[in-house]
Amino acid sequence: MAALTPTAIVLACAALLLVLAIVAVMVGRTSAGTAIVYGTSLLLTLIALAAGLVQLLGTDAPADTIVLPLGLPWVGARFRMDALSAFFVVVVDLGAAAASLFAIGYGAHERAPLRVLPFYPAFLAGMNLVVLADDAFSFLVAWEFMSLSSWALVMAHHHVPENVRAGYVYLVMASFGTLALLLTFGLLAGPAGGYAFADIRAMHPSPALAALVLCLAMLGAGSKAGLVPLHVWLPLAHPAAPSHVSALMSGVMTKVAVYGFARIVLDLAGEPAWWWSVLVLSIAAITCVMGVLYALMQHDLKRLLAYHTVENIGIIFIALGLALAFKAYGMAWAAALALTAGLLHVLNHSLFKSLLFFGAGSVLTATGERDMEHLGGLIHRMPQTAFAFLIGCAAISALPPLNGFVSEWLIFQAILLSPQLPSWGLKFLVPAVGALLALSATLAAACFVKAFGVTFLGRARSTAASAAVETDRLSLTAMLSLAALCLIAGILPGLFIDALATAVQGLAGGRMPVQTGVEWLSIVPIAQSRSSYNGLLVFLFMMISGALAASAIHRLASDRLRRAPAWDCGYPDASPATQYSASSFAQPIRRVFGSMVFRAREQVEMPPPGDLRPARLAVVLHDPVWEMLYLPVATGVSRAAERLNHLQFLTIRQFLSIVFAALVVLLLVLALWP
Amino acid sequence: MALIVDFAVQGAQMLIVLLTAPLLTGLVRKMKARMLRRVGPPVLQPYLDLARLMRKEVVLAESASWLFRVIPYFIFAATWVAASLVPTFRTGLLFSWSADLIAIIALLGSARFALALAGLDVGTSFGGIGSSREVMIASLAEPAMIMIIFTLALVVGSTQLSTMAGFMESPAVGLRVSLGLALVALVMVAIAENARIPVDNPATHLELTMVHEAMVLEYSGRHLALIELSAALKLLLYLSLIACLFVPWGLAGPGAGFGALAVGTLSYLGKLLIGAFLLALFETSIAKMRVFRVPEFLGAALMLGLLGTLLLFVSRSL
Repeated sequence: MAALTPTAIVLACAALLLVLAIVAVMVGRTSAGTAIVYGTSLLLTLIALAAGLVQLLGTDAPADTIVLPLGLPWVGARFRMDALSAFFVVVVDLGAAAASLFAIGYGAHERAPLRVLPFYPAFLAGMNLVVLADDAFSFLVAWEFMSLSSWALVMAHHHVPENVRAGYVYLVMASFGTLALLLTFGLLAGPAGGYAFADIRAMHPSPALAALVLCLAMLGAGSKAGLVPLHVWLPLAHPAAPSHVSALMSGVMTKVAVYGFARIVLDLAGEPAWWWSVLVLSIAAITCVMGVLYALMQHDLKRLLAYHTVENIGIIFIALGLALAFKAYGMAWAAALALTAGLLHVLNHSLFKSLLFFGAGSVLTATGERDMEHLGGLIHRMPQTAFAFLIGCAAISALPPLNGFVSEWLIFQAILLSPQLPSWGLKFLVPAVGALLALSATLAAACFVKAFGVTFLGRARSTAASAAVETDRLSLTAMLSLAALCLIAGILPGLFIDALATAVQGLAGGRMPVQTGVEWLSIVPIAQSRSSYNGLLVFLFMMISGALAASAIHRLASDRLRRAPAWDCGYPDASPATQYSASSFAQPIRRVFGSMVFRAREQVEMPPPGDLRPARLAVVLHDPVWEMLYLPVATGVSRAAERLNHLQFLTIRQFLSIVFAALVVLLLVLALWP
Repeated sequence: MALIVDFAVQGAQMLIVLLTAPLLTGLVRKMKARMLRRVGPPVLQPYLDLARLMRKEVVLAESASWLFRVIPYFIFAATWVAASLVPTFRTGLLFSWSADLIAIIALLGSARFALALAGLDVGTSFGGIGSSREVMIASLAEPAMIMIIFTLALVVGSTQLSTMAGFMESPAVGLRVSLGLALVALVMVAIAENARIPVDNPATHLELTMVHEAMVLEYSGRHLALIELSAALKLLLYLSLIACLFVPWGLAGPGAGFGALAVGTLSYLGKLLIGAFLLALFETSIAKMRVFRVPEFLGAALMLGLLGTLLLFVSRSL
């Protein structure tokens, strides 16, 4: 580690973050502790971010391997930052820097800082180490470290019973995921135990083995990313943590899981078979639509955002699935397009999802409420938060000229290339995936009209909401800079696409055409006559025509304005309870989609005449995944446990005979083993 | 020189769509009235309405925020930009490559997103009804539109409208089942997107049936004028889109001379006239459906679009 390479810098930053975690234990109680810990985290992640950017953009800088004398003795702990790792270092540290900045202000409201401060830098270090790891052992250790430190953060507010349940479910799912990854690497390393990624790459597993690796990677990385049906922990755990940690878990940690999947399946497992993409695409498309439908049914702001992460993970995996399909048939340029779209969406989602969680955190601090039914009218009380949150909502709804649209547009362009795939299964699947993607995009827009409209618009539904105050300066800076990045990535996508080229080249074997030279900064995925998009021009045209219309009307026609009570067809009602609420807003969609997916029923309880009780309308929803998959497993486990419970109460003789029988059976098995 | 001409043509396109949009609305209203044996308002009435609204003061609800005042300009800007990128009388507009068909539809989606927010801003129950129904309709109409775009893009090999129109004009296109399905689906989506009968009634103020009108209930003065103008522009946009994709004859190509441009303009106006007539005829001959029948209507459009796309995935010649 003589030279100060980017890899060494990021590694050093991760090590210093670990030291910071120990320091945090000591300074946590002091009044300046919060500022010290988050300030230092901000500094360290900014340095790591810069190092990642240097590695990603400096095309000729070779990725160096750093071997530390830790871990498995014959492997050592290897760390290496190639272009793919560098991109994810950028995503992780950008999100981490924003979260640290936000937390300098937000964290001051924390009642038990010692439950958050030490784990926060440790969590950041864990995520950085996962993307840097260059051997299976370090990868798994860092992965587990990331899981456990985030689990501790989920449990920070452990007095709330639902957080305890969230922590339990998270722990179970995280262990399950790590187990699957452990088996994945075990299969990949082979009997010789070559756990370094370079050895694994050279091994070329047989098709059957590679297929098993794919399935296990789907389970392991998919459970962390939140693929349906492994997503159940995510909407419980993400909202339970403090908001800056929720932002990191939703915006960044799920991306680390995407990294894990991409690294294993696109890099380590060798050449993909065509049916891999069928598996990935169908699960991804289901994830997409289910995620957004779940989100539409929520009225807890943070849980709604967490379910949206599930949807966006679906979008990213659709892109990865398309890349796998193209790669399997040797269409490197098309695979590059799909993979670029996926990675761009990774970055975009980390930007706007962090922003949205920060906004939810600010609302939570200002009002003490996460339930949208008790909010409303916050745009008057918190104008800047509302503005930043609005940008995030528009970006995640894939509206031009913001960044979410660019990545979804690229995925649509990739889908339009898929008739050239020779396989019939894919020919039928891909159009359906496209339809589901379009459906989830518009449902997301509906959901964010609801999220923004019910939380920030209208009239305040509670005294807490009507007394809210704007959040602090630093939190606002964090939100507004993420909003600015959303806009920049939306109007200058060519720069971002070019920055991804080396990472894409390594995985897909090809790259998209260079975009920076295209006139007017358009993006042209394939050819000008085929499709092109220019966010900058669209943005400028809209600005100019809007300003033109405003100034012309104000000059030539009228600029008078008078405030008056709302019209509302002549029957305005002073009570804010007469406004549309979150669940009434979702009612039409619940009726159209929910009756099918969630078996949604509306029960009207009408008291008989003379009875003074109010009439009630209750909505019953069933979570199909939980009821059909997890409940049977849980009841099965508890039933088996009940049966086995009797074993506790045997006499000593019975115990000894059981031990003897077990020994005999084991010896028999050994004797009969071929 | 060529650049100046291109600029002029693009500018002319922007002006033409802006100026003809109210005329189209007036025409449809007049034709509908005549078919119902009413005299109906003059064809130029929408212009007079707009002028009147622009001159009036805005009466703003007390609970309205700054967003409520910005949104009309945003909607107008997004719709106008989208409408100026759809070829009307000439293909190969100067800025046509800045947004392909997917982006144009997404721009309209941005406008709708803003309008739905405006419906919620004042905090009245009617605004909420309008917004929640609008997003429900959009949640089916927009995927259907994307599937239609897929169908067309797979036939043409491009999502660029100029390329699409050029291909549709050429003999290479032929008669295709998928295009027929796409046309039917596109008409259905256009009806829903423009809040026409049978999905929504642009003339109603009957509380339980409104969708679009409920969202704009609180708007007045210049804000309302902009929203009405945007609605007119959107109707024009969809008619132009259908015209340039399915009846592209007469469209002037890029670099066309003055004669070709004149032919293009005249044929465009003719197409608008026919489109207005067909729309009026359709609207007078059908009853408005219940709100919860709309998903079935749009679901059919979505399935038609999906079927068209699937056919093309099976065989490029269908």
